Amino acid sequence: MIEQKLSSAQEEARRRRHALIAKRIGGQAYLWLLLIVLYAPIVLIFIFSFTQSKVFGNWTGFTFQLYGNLFTGYDSTTHVRVDPNLYRAIFYTVAIAIGAATIATLLGTLAAIGLYNMRSKARKTVTFLNSIPMINPDILTGISLFLLFVFLGISRGYVTVLIAHVVFCTPYVVLSVMPRLTQMNPNTYEAALDLGATPAQALRKVLLPELRPGMVSGFILALTLSIDDFGVTFFTKGSNGLETLSTFIYADARKGGLTPELRPLFSLIFLTILVLLIIMNIRTNKQINNQKK
Amino acid sequence: MKKFRDIASARRTWAWPYVLFLVLFVVLPLLLIIYYAFSTPGGDFTIQNFVKFFHTSEAVNTLIYSMAIAFITTLICLLLGYPAAYIMAMADFKTPQVMALLFILPMWINFLLRTIATVELFNMFGLPLGEGALLFGMCYDYLPFMIYPIYNTLQKMDHSLIEAAQDLGANKANVFTKVVLPLSVPGIYSGIVMVFMPTVSTFAIAELLTHNKITLFGSLIQRSFGEGGIAMWNYGAALSLIMLVIIAATSFFDQERDHDAQKGGLL
Repeated sequence: MIEQKLSSAQEEARRRRHALIAKRIGGQAYLWLLLIVLYAPIVLIFIFSFTQSKVFGNWTGFTFQLYGNLFTGYDSTTHVRVDPNLYRAIFYTVAIAIGAATIATLLGTLAAIGLYNMRSKARKTVTFLNSIPMINPDILTGISLFLLFVFLGISRGYVTVLIAHVVFCTPYVVLSVMPRLTQMNPNTYEAALDLGATPAQALRKVLLPELRPGMVSGFILALTLSIDDFGVTFFTKGSNGLETLSTFIYADARKGGLTPELRPLFSLIFLTILVLLIIMNIRTNKQINNQKK
Repeated sequence: MKKFRDIASARRTWAWPYVLFLVLFVVLPLLLIIYYAFSTPGGDFTIQNFVKFFHTSEAVNTLIYSMAIAFITTLICLLLGYPAAYIMAMADFKTPQVMALLFILPMWINFLLRTIATVELFNMFGLPLGEGALLFGMCYDYLPFMIYPIYNTLQKMDHSLIEAAQDLGANKANVFTKVVLPLSVPGIYSGIVMVFMPTVSTFAIAELLTHNKITLFGSLIQRSFGEGGIAMWNYGAALSLIMLVIIAATSFFDQERDHDAQKGGLL
């Protein structure tokens, strides 16, 4: 009797465990299905970076030719130079991203410190203004700045794109630095001043080390936003031939053919980021484990 | 005490460069949209630009169509994204962060290139490029924006509340509808806004996905600034102002915009 009850209880427990496992597998399967769909186009770019065909989606045999072309700037089989505009676009994408992220980080960090010390009314107003570029879609940010530059008679080019990128990057830096300020002890800065440090020294030795993690994540976020931007750049770049990778790809696609070297370029970018993220993840996991110990 | 106040007020001034920057490059440009929208190319006041919009049935239809597409995209993203966020937040993966990262990673590839690759995928399977491709491409581009904020709120949620509900006799359906769902509402709002706003205003994606067969409101605005020449700018500004009103109305829905900042915090 007791044995029977026990075995039925075991049966019940096993059934439950099986149901739980089935549910988990079902959940996992759903996530992986979504990921497969999400990654399919990227995998496609990766696969077709190993064939030479000019037309994307046309397989003409395995080769590293496109990677060679990308690095030498010269197609040794057709004796044609790779579009030099591609390299200019890469250069400007990087230059604008680093420039905009640097300015945004400095401007945004100062703003966050100032904002933190403001009275609540002024703080609310500035916080609202700060949120506008984040809410505004890129087309509106782009058009409004386009109208401003036209209105002021400023000719569009590198500087106007840089300003435009600072506009939509800085709010994110402010939001990344702000939590660090609210978490830190506000008296340490005053203590440094009381102990005879000049404001500049107190800033460098006390405030900045506390804010650095927020500044770094703000800087990285600004970099990615800038590199990925298309809409704002499109309206502020003018017609002097300045292109970033985004606008270059758009112009390319409208012409009908995609520069084949873009395939190896973005495959490499993707792999680099993947490796970086894996390394970062392993490092943070190690840190978490160390803290647990 | 006086000294403290001096220091505090001195540091307050550190925000001034940015405030000046915001006024010059955010507030003034937005005011210029309004100014251009209500003026003739000569600079005189007029409401003709809006009259023209409401009398051009093609333009009005494009606006309605764009809003419908954005609405459907948002709905599909919510229906697909919520379960994904829920599974990720609830399952005890060894490293739940890895899954979240995997969903964000595609965003590092230029979205135009990804869109072109999607078009290629459709070509390969012999699928036609039209409304279906447009919806697929939009969902594909913006799904991570839906998953991430919902995942965030679900993960931060106090999980003991679920256990408490279970202990008090709630069944699974009740636990979900009475505890989990209400607590995830801020994340849902954020997700809806983060998907709806870019989809209603997009202009390049639709062109690429449908080979110019379908025009969205964003493309309409872009054309009046591109091909139209100076004569069309005022009309374009009027269209932009209409878009601005839609965006402002949508943003009232949002409660926790701060999520965006954590996109970087994940790195």
